Amino acid sequence: MRRLLNTIYVTSEDAWLRKDGENLVVEADGKERGRAPLHALEGVVCFNRTGASPALMAACAEKAITLSFLTPEGRFQARVEGAQTGNVLLRRAQYRMADDPSRSVPIVRGIVTAKAANQRTVLLRALRDHGEKLETPQRKAFEDAEARLGRIARRTAEAETIDVIRGFEGEAANVYFGVFDAMLHAAPRELRFGGRSRRPPLDRVNALLSFLYAMLGHDCRSALEGVGLDPQVGFLHTDRPGRASLALDLMEELRPVLADRLALTMINRGQIKARDFVVDAGGAISLTEDGRKLVLIAWQERKKRELRHPFLGESAAMGLVAHLQARLLSRHLRGDLDGYPPFIWR
Amino acid sequence: MLPPPDQHSEDTLTPISALQHHLFCPRQCALIHVERIWSEDSATAQGRLLHERVDGGKPDRREGIKIVRGMVLRSLTLKLSGKADVVEFHGQQPYPVEYKRGRPKRHRADEVQLCAQALCLEEMFGLTVPEGALFYGETRKRTVVSIDQELRRLTLDVIADCRTMIGEGRTPPPRRTPACRRCSLVGECCPDRLEKPPSVSKWLLRQLVD
Repeated sequence: MRRLLNTIYVTSEDAWLRKDGENLVVEADGKERGRAPLHALEGVVCFNRTGASPALMAACAEKAITLSFLTPEGRFQARVEGAQTGNVLLRRAQYRMADDPSRSVPIVRGIVTAKAANQRTVLLRALRDHGEKLETPQRKAFEDAEARLGRIARRTAEAETIDVIRGFEGEAANVYFGVFDAMLHAAPRELRFGGRSRRPPLDRVNALLSFLYAMLGHDCRSALEGVGLDPQVGFLHTDRPGRASLALDLMEELRPVLADRLALTMINRGQIKARDFVVDAGGAISLTEDGRKLVLIAWQERKKRELRHPFLGESAAMGLVAHLQARLLSRHLRGDLDGYPPFIWR
Repeated sequence: MLPPPDQHSEDTLTPISALQHHLFCPRQCALIHVERIWSEDSATAQGRLLHERVDGGKPDRREGIKIVRGMVLRSLTLKLSGKADVVEFHGQQPYPVEYKRGRPKRHRADEVQLCAQALCLEEMFGLTVPEGALFYGETRKRTVVSIDQELRRLTLDVIADCRTMIGEGRTPPPRRTPACRRCSLVGECCPDRLEKPPSVSKWLLRQLVD
């Protein structure tokens, strides 16, 4: 089993990264702020305008450490990539499959089925943990939503066309986000959820979800590139210039497990507060720098949690799930598996 | 010594290292040379460091023997290319020496690698290479290997199998064997799950039944 190594997130604006022997060194204001041995690193993610020395970039490329640059909101900007990427035969197989509905529909079906099933698991866990605090009508709404997501998952698993599957995906999202606010049982007034908004996030919960999705999207993209797949050519998300469609596909089944559940926990435990967000003049909401640090620490902790992989039957860190799914997709494309087994969380 | 090959034949040379991987496990060979997957563990890291030290050493002379390190080898008839850790020249006679981290093994992968180097040297220098040696780090002993007919035949067979597999871009299905414990790619290969995988669509439906 592949090991989960550390990812270093550099949030301070004036940081400079360099290589010293076999170590990464982070400097700010001319002083050394941290160092880590390169062999223990999986990725380095820089927010803001952090700089890095060419020697460090070369070392990261050679050791397959993802060195990437994101905006403070987590939008992908650039990545340092070495020569050792992938297999053209695998990418060709990916393109052929993406062009052939009879072979790509089963992949999409699996992804959306798993997404609905995992949304249901999030609800079930909320019910199990806090169900006794719910009023009867609220509890009833929860149980209805849970049952509907179960039905949608089963019907999706038998759907024949992409359009029908997309319809189920939309229905599942309505049901799930319809009760999302009710899962924030311990949230103060400022941290309520008012329906999904993305461009821009219009409440703090959406701002938190968007940031977590950006982190997840980044990890999915790295996982796909790591196995040599083209992150731009997807199955559920079709080609659009500049869009990492396959990374978005891979994210779908993992959003409830890795991001949504973490957002709920952070808010309900009071780990993140209203003061960790800023509202701009137009009403768009984003995390403060301190808020981002809190989320990144919680994100790293969550990635270390162990779970049992449903298809491989082995125990794995949550942070490896995207890598394992990317590997399973590549094994399907190369013919080892007769389908893509999506990640179903229990 | 090295005649200039045409572009095409240079592109289709098989790396000598692939032969060893192929004898260890054809799927491992395909994961590395077809799928371009590489995963370093402590064994491969130690091996890499050992070779960096050996290859990086300066050429020298000892008791009338000239020692060349990290020598590039090629055979256009066998379509092979690679690098020898050390080639000693006993007078005009080349004598390949390959350094290994571990100890002598039951399978003949190390001998095949050495034999492939000898075959390249024969083509490059136009003479017969009857002998070479393997040096094992764990035992710190040099084992003399006779490049005999049997080893030559085995090596030619492996070269043919390996070339065909890489040429077709094929990855054989996994097989769980005792060797998997020593394979740094076992996590990428998933022999336990993929040796006899279930039908994925049936598996998915089973996941939805509580």
